[in-house]
Amino acid sequence: MRVGGVAGAGAIIAPTVHEYSIVQALLARVEAEAAERRATAVHRLRVRVGELSGVETPLLESAYELFRERSICARAALEIVPEAARWCCSDCRAAVPAGGILRCPRCGAPARLAAGDDIVLERIEMEVPDV
Amino acid sequence: MCDTCGCGDPELVPVEVQESLLAGNDRVAAHNRDHFAEHGTLAINLMGSPGSGKTALLEATARALGGGRRLAALSGDLATDRDAERLRRAGIPSRSITTGSACHLDARLVHEALHELPWHDARWLFIENVGNLVCPAIYDLGQAANVVTLAVTEGEDKPLKYPVMFRKADLVVLTKLDLLPHLPDVRLGAIADALARTMPQPRLIPVSATSGEGIGEWLEWLEALAGEAVEGAAADEAAAEPMAAGG
Repeated sequence: MRVGGVAGAGAIIAPTVHEYSIVQALLARVEAEAAERRATAVHRLRVRVGELSGVETPLLESAYELFRERSICARAALEIVPEAARWCCSDCRAAVPAGGILRCPRCGAPARLAAGDDIVLERIEMEVPDV
Repeated sequence: MCDTCGCGDPELVPVEVQESLLAGNDRVAAHNRDHFAEHGTLAINLMGSPGSGKTALLEATARALGGGRRLAALSGDLATDRDAERLRRAGIPSRSITTGSACHLDARLVHEALHELPWHDARWLFIENVGNLVCPAIYDLGQAANVVTLAVTEGEDKPLKYPVMFRKADLVVLTKLDLLPHLPDVRLGAIADALARTMPQPRLIPVSATSGEGIGEWLEWLEALAGEAVEGAAADEAAAEPMAAGG
């Protein structure tokens, strides 16, 4: 049966956002860690998503729902920890408020992003047979 | 082990990973970067909205340089070869990277395409990314600099709406300057202010690919980038020498 009738010859047209690539990288990394420890199941993942990482949490969650089904993460909860963008002076390290002009209010040097541009797999909880 | 029957209870093990989910891409990007350095080529990741004038900027660059001999280009395109065709007509050795429905280029796509483009003699290799102000910013391709085209017709607040992209820009080229007289509500000062709130070291060059205005300043920027790369390589060599002499 064809659904939608858009694609011919059984082609699957996936609406590709970069969150899909991120989730594929996430599952590949978790599978590798699990294989190394001979884990039988994964219970929980924790991923840190920076405000300026370019990754949208709801899209990441729906991409995870889509791809985890036949992976070792099929029953693993995904915990997403948001991280706010934090700017500081590149010279004197004073905090520079986000949203304003990105210059140090004290010495005028350009600001530097101190946190909030990463997307990081922090932790995996997996079930490992007792040996 | 299970006390009842000795079956070997499974144990819940926490594993700390703390690794970027872009680490795989970053490794390929580092490999691309080594290739570019080896050939003395400066790779520039050219990003911007669809229709913001990325291809037109490169055509104007080739015109101003009297041809595209010192240039090469890879063009990310969802479905066609049109941009690369335009660039080849402008004299720039070019190749398309057809991404299908993917919204950005990644380091692996660039690496594969590099094998099919004669770029080794180019001073500047432009990687014209897919027209999109979100995801291209996330993926390192191995470039020496990020350049974002922003057309005056896009409005004053684009940088505030897409901070991830503009934060990563080393230079913003404000395109279609010849249309500015027709846009009474667009003020260059407001664009500069929006950039100062998203780019720590804002650098803006207004250009018109049609009239050629500003293209000279853009070429100067490209030359300065090449100069910095040469100085950087010389400094690296100087730093490496004592070590080489010592052992």
